[in-house]
Amino acid sequence: MEKEKIFAQMNQAIIDGNEEEAVRLARQALELKLDPSEVIEKGYVPGIQKVGELWEKGEYFLPELITSSEAMKAALAILEPELKSREKSLGVKGKIVIGTVEGDIHDIGKNIVASMLQASGFEVYDLGADVKLEKFIDKAEEVGADIIGLSALLTTTMIGQKKFIDLLIQRQLRDRYLVIVGGAPVNSDWATKIGADGYAENAVAAVYLVQELLAKTKRR
Amino acid sequence: MIAPVRPKISLLSRELVQKIIDEALLLLEKIGVFVENEEALSLLGEAGAKVKREYQRVYLTDSLVKMCLDKAPKIVHLYDREGQKSFILGKDEVHFNPGSAAISILDSETHSLRSPETSDLVKLIRLTDLLPHLDFQSTALVPSDVPQEIADSYRLYVALHFSSKPVVTGTFRVESFKVMKDMLTAVRGSENELMKKPLAIFDACPSPPLKWSNLTAQSLIDAARCGQPSELISMGMTGATSPVTITGTLVQHVAENLSGLVIVQLAQPGAPVIFGGSPSSFDLRFGTTPMGAMETMMIDIASAQIGQELGLPTHAYMGLSDSKLVDCQAGLETASGALLAALAGINVVSGPGMLAFESAQSLEKLLIDDAICGQALRLIEGIAQRDEPMALFFFEEQGEWPNFLAHPHTRKWYRHEHKYFAILDRKTYDSWVADGRKDIVQRAKEEVKRLLASSSPNFPPRDILNELKKIMTSEAKRYGLESLPSLNESG
Repeated sequence: MEKEKIFAQMNQAIIDGNEEEAVRLARQALELKLDPSEVIEKGYVPGIQKVGELWEKGEYFLPELITSSEAMKAALAILEPELKSREKSLGVKGKIVIGTVEGDIHDIGKNIVASMLQASGFEVYDLGADVKLEKFIDKAEEVGADIIGLSALLTTTMIGQKKFIDLLIQRQLRDRYLVIVGGAPVNSDWATKIGADGYAENAVAAVYLVQELLAKTKRR
Repeated sequence: MIAPVRPKISLLSRELVQKIIDEALLLLEKIGVFVENEEALSLLGEAGAKVKREYQRVYLTDSLVKMCLDKAPKIVHLYDREGQKSFILGKDEVHFNPGSAAISILDSETHSLRSPETSDLVKLIRLTDLLPHLDFQSTALVPSDVPQEIADSYRLYVALHFSSKPVVTGTFRVESFKVMKDMLTAVRGSENELMKKPLAIFDACPSPPLKWSNLTAQSLIDAARCGQPSELISMGMTGATSPVTITGTLVQHVAENLSGLVIVQLAQPGAPVIFGGSPSSFDLRFGTTPMGAMETMMIDIASAQIGQELGLPTHAYMGLSDSKLVDCQAGLETASGALLAALAGINVVSGPGMLAFESAQSLEKLLIDDAICGQALRLIEGIAQRDEPMALFFFEEQGEWPNFLAHPHTRKWYRHEHKYFAILDRKTYDSWVADGRKDIVQRAKEEVKRLLASSSPNFPPRDILNELKKIMTSEAKRYGLESLPSLNESG
């Protein structure tokens, strides 16, 4: 009963974007020796899902979305170390290396996507902006990533997304990674044209896209 | 005769203008700007700015900014390709040009967006050359049938090939500037002539907040040294890359513009620079940048007011729409923007033809927008007193039922007082039905075709054409394109 009540409070803290409260509840859960995986699944995940729904319905705007995902990340940061030591098998949902391609120093869109992915339980390696194409591969190889996400805000730099896929092919690594692309000038046609595995037009859609892509690969 | 009043709109009190400028100066001094370019950092360091090299961060003092502001010309002259017709940037002069660098075109047949090709760019450039209310050309489409590495210089090549109008353009890569400069020089005959008679405006976009990338900083330096105006395209997005309040965004906007102006003046004292931008009211639902939002236009108008207060030529992205089709929303947003820009006295107004934020161009919309621009320009001509007395003489001459239609006074003045736009439907209902019940988009489509078919391309003299072709061909070869796409299919 006590547990259900805490889960409901966690849920509400995420919906409200109340980082302080989300963190306090995560600490309380650990003190009460609750199972961290259950806490994440039943306490926090329904909260961020609800936030996604509210955003899709047009009730929540980006500031709410971001504040909630920040609260979610803060709670996860407290629970995850425990999770790893206690229950390795649950693990993370997938590893994603993300960044804005070289020549482009815009990172707002990429930050929103990285934040939502992290909040949804993915392990995200954010390389920042103006990232050399080689660096995406180096990082992905280093951490054993599943997905590489490339952002570009300029018409002048979106070509970097194509070059990256060419580079993967050249290094015979194309089959090793799923590549997703995004950014203001990017659309699904472009993603198809350059042979990317996916495109999403916003951060919530990016979470669905990543979930879908990973589910498909696992089925294969 | 009493001269017309120039209708003018302003949104900020002088007190607020000053407050915004002061805080922008404070921002530059305390927080500084990120400059990713070695040469710019050196220039700034030599001029006494505090430079933190390891962070590529520069802190500009009040006195350095003011010294550079004093050097920047208040009025800039642009000249057409022939070097004859000149255009003033400054005062309350208003010049419209197509919104630049769209990556899509709205297909006339399918009404869907698609990647533009050379033939689309040729049509758009030729159409712009023919439209009377667009004073400048712009490299408005990024063609997909040439290597991306030459897409910037190639656009300029096509513009100089098919149009006399001065060109608003910009670089996508540092290396391209030289090629573009070579083409401009080929048109003018010498670097000296190019310096004396600027032909192109180079857009340079700082990345908000307060960052100059290597490419854009280099463009400022390169353009300054060959006397071509740099247009500073600051683009804060409220609540995303700049403060959500309009005044907060204006402070950042002014700081970004002033830092760009300093780089230009240090590279070449007295070089022309245009205070401008493409700020937007960021849509916090969809994460988009609506250019047709009234708040976007309010930021633009206020920005121009500040630019005018600083004594600089001004620019804005106005007279465009976020609609994905040429529809009612497109007309509403474009007309609001064009009218307000004209009323604000913005010198370079980029936008006509554009849809879907700044991503798409449409030939039909461009033609319709030319009429919108014509209406806006008519409005700012104001109301002139043409004669003395103004009406009494009709009645003195002809009694209480004067024949206005037949009076020479009507013939003398009607075209001065009233403008006629063929694309706008002002027919009776019956004759509209008789003409096939066409809406404005259908009429525009036919008119675009008719205009392009009934005029011959506006080429420069043969020797210049050959020189341009030589420069572009050799650049294209460097990137693996053996021959340039044909420019003949010009509609």
